[in-house]
Amino acid sequence: MSDRLANVRVALFVPCYVDQLAPQVAFASLRVLARFGVKASFVSDPACCGQPMANVGSADEARPLALSFLRSFAGFDYVVCPSGSCVSMVRNHYRGLVPDAAGLEICGRTMELCEFLSDVVGVDRIGGRFPHRVGLHKSCHGLRGLRLGSASELVETRPDPVGELLASIEGLQLVSLERADECCGFGGAFAVEESGVSTMMGRDRVDDHVRAGAEVIASIDMSCLLHLQGLMRRRSVGVRAMHVAEIFDACGGDA
Amino acid sequence: MSHPELANRFVEDGERAQWHDRSLWYVRAKRDRAAHAIPEWERLRELAAAIKANVRANLADYLERFEAEARKHGAVVHWAEDAAAHNQIVWEILRSRSVTRVVKSKSMLTEECGLNPFLEQRGLEVVDTDLGERIVQLRDEPPSHIVLPAIHLRKEEVGELFERELGTEPGLSDPARLTEAAREHLREKFLAAQAGITGVNFAVAETGGIVVCTNEGNADLGTALPPLHIACMGIEKIVPRAADLAVFTRLLARSATGQPITAYTSHMHGPRAGGELHIVIVDNGRTGMMARESYRQSLGCIRCGACLNTCPVYRRSGGYSYEAVIPGPIGSTLGPGRDPARHASLPYACTLCGSCADVCPVKIDLDRQLFHWRSDLVTSGLSSPRKRRASRLASLIMRHPRLYRAVAKLARVVAARAPGATSAVLSGWTVSRDLPEIPQRSFREQLEDLGDE
Repeated sequence: MSDRLANVRVALFVPCYVDQLAPQVAFASLRVLARFGVKASFVSDPACCGQPMANVGSADEARPLALSFLRSFAGFDYVVCPSGSCVSMVRNHYRGLVPDAAGLEICGRTMELCEFLSDVVGVDRIGGRFPHRVGLHKSCHGLRGLRLGSASELVETRPDPVGELLASIEGLQLVSLERADECCGFGGAFAVEESGVSTMMGRDRVDDHVRAGAEVIASIDMSCLLHLQGLMRRRSVGVRAMHVAEIFDACGGDA
Repeated sequence: MSHPELANRFVEDGERAQWHDRSLWYVRAKRDRAAHAIPEWERLRELAAAIKANVRANLADYLERFEAEARKHGAVVHWAEDAAAHNQIVWEILRSRSVTRVVKSKSMLTEECGLNPFLEQRGLEVVDTDLGERIVQLRDEPPSHIVLPAIHLRKEEVGELFERELGTEPGLSDPARLTEAAREHLREKFLAAQAGITGVNFAVAETGGIVVCTNEGNADLGTALPPLHIACMGIEKIVPRAADLAVFTRLLARSATGQPITAYTSHMHGPRAGGELHIVIVDNGRTGMMARESYRQSLGCIRCGACLNTCPVYRRSGGYSYEAVIPGPIGSTLGPGRDPARHASLPYACTLCGSCADVCPVKIDLDRQLFHWRSDLVTSGLSSPRKRRASRLASLIMRHPRLYRAVAKLARVVAARAPGATSAVLSGWTVSRDLPEIPQRSFREQLEDLGDE
């Protein structure tokens, strides 16, 4: 597969909160991409897609960042990002936020890591071993924003690259949750502004995973995980929060 | 009060909040089973959305057609520009016929117009005959849900209410016996009523017929016993053809409660023999809503309540936390549409999870509307100044790579040397969550250390 991708220009976009709070996820993403023959360039600026501002309604503050994103990545064939939420911002909200003339072509080729591995690189098996019970927390922006998998509300069947790649790992057992895809309650500023409801939502997600016997909560979105991890640490819940890239990286692989 | 204040209060009673969440999740799960039993479900939703779009595009024509056809059946059609006109029309009809006792079946439109208090102030007795609505009416409360008006109450609380108001035995909490008590109480009201008021689920342009859906048959009894029937409908309730009902009746009850169809789906064409049928068609801001492109899909709402049942925030904050006639996701876009200043916190009472849009039987882009409202609220200066300042600052930092690095580095030093102070500054986060371990160096810094590109 590396031959086919030899001339494809791939950039890794590392959003601010991964950069600052979970740098290991960015390194894991680079290593996993390399393992499957993708040499991704890292583009340093911007460090933000503009989502935090857009989500509170400050379109004017988000726009310069969106324009900067489009400029920085214009020369690439694909932008890969280990965050479903940021990708959803680029793909679903840039149109309308910036003028069409700003060059929106790259938006459709900005992809979440698992989506890219599965759809572009053609990976169907991660390989390696990860002998743990894992609960997949389906982040809303990945599930309903990028349509990675079938949302439980819809009567349809879609490929679920995240779940399928996780399931391909030897020893990794995906636990089944009572609520397959309920929101964890992070929601950006929501987590602070609506702290009561956000906390209850997060604890409910954690409890669902604990009841299912999960040792690890996995997600494609570190933002959901930072929220869940913070709640778990406060209550000394012995479940680890791991980004899927960290799991892919940790299981070594054999590709 | 704002949504967060009321929601935090609701969540404080953790046990009740859990119970409320689970009760509504049960309804959502039932809806899922019903929807998944229909292989063509998504096709139905698409059809419903397309029919509603067609209705919006040709609304004036359909309304006139409906009026003409309804008149042929002997109905009297009235037009009301707003809530005040609607209430006045209903009042005139009742007063001119010396009506003092009215039974009413469920209608969110009359809630929106404040019809009950308006008539009560004029000395009429207005009895809501839907069981849930009667319960909240006896408690002098508004409905907390558009389909399940008393979902916030436990059966024990209903028992206490009925003991006080209807004289049932103390400690009664068996739903079947409580329902029986309500039935007896309501039977007297039905028999004594001089007029019945109903809402309208669908008004068919080509036939002039109206359709009322209930599970209790209360709209049927309320219009079959008294000689006068007043049906109140928003202008958006039109469907072009009788055949279109086949799409909506399949979607409505499945989305609302997971039933294949409501127990009663009553089609009315003109007044019953010897009686009168008045249809009041109300705008009350709907044409204004239609003019706003970002929000016009909300006019397609068939009031099934599925977006409330699925909303993780609604389930954990309760209907009253929205302080709006219609709560939940649909209410959070309709509310600001009526009064943005008053309902400014509602578009933020949402994580943008998108479940509402996926569950909606007419595919209203609810999460997109709430996202859009936020931007409109900022533009019109109605969002909190703190939020705007934070956005401006964050944008400034993110636009300048060197500033971003410097600020991040400083924050890490502060977090390492004064964790208590950091925690205090981030109190909105640390109220329930520990801060993550802060890495010594960011990804960008580490990469530079490696001399890599």
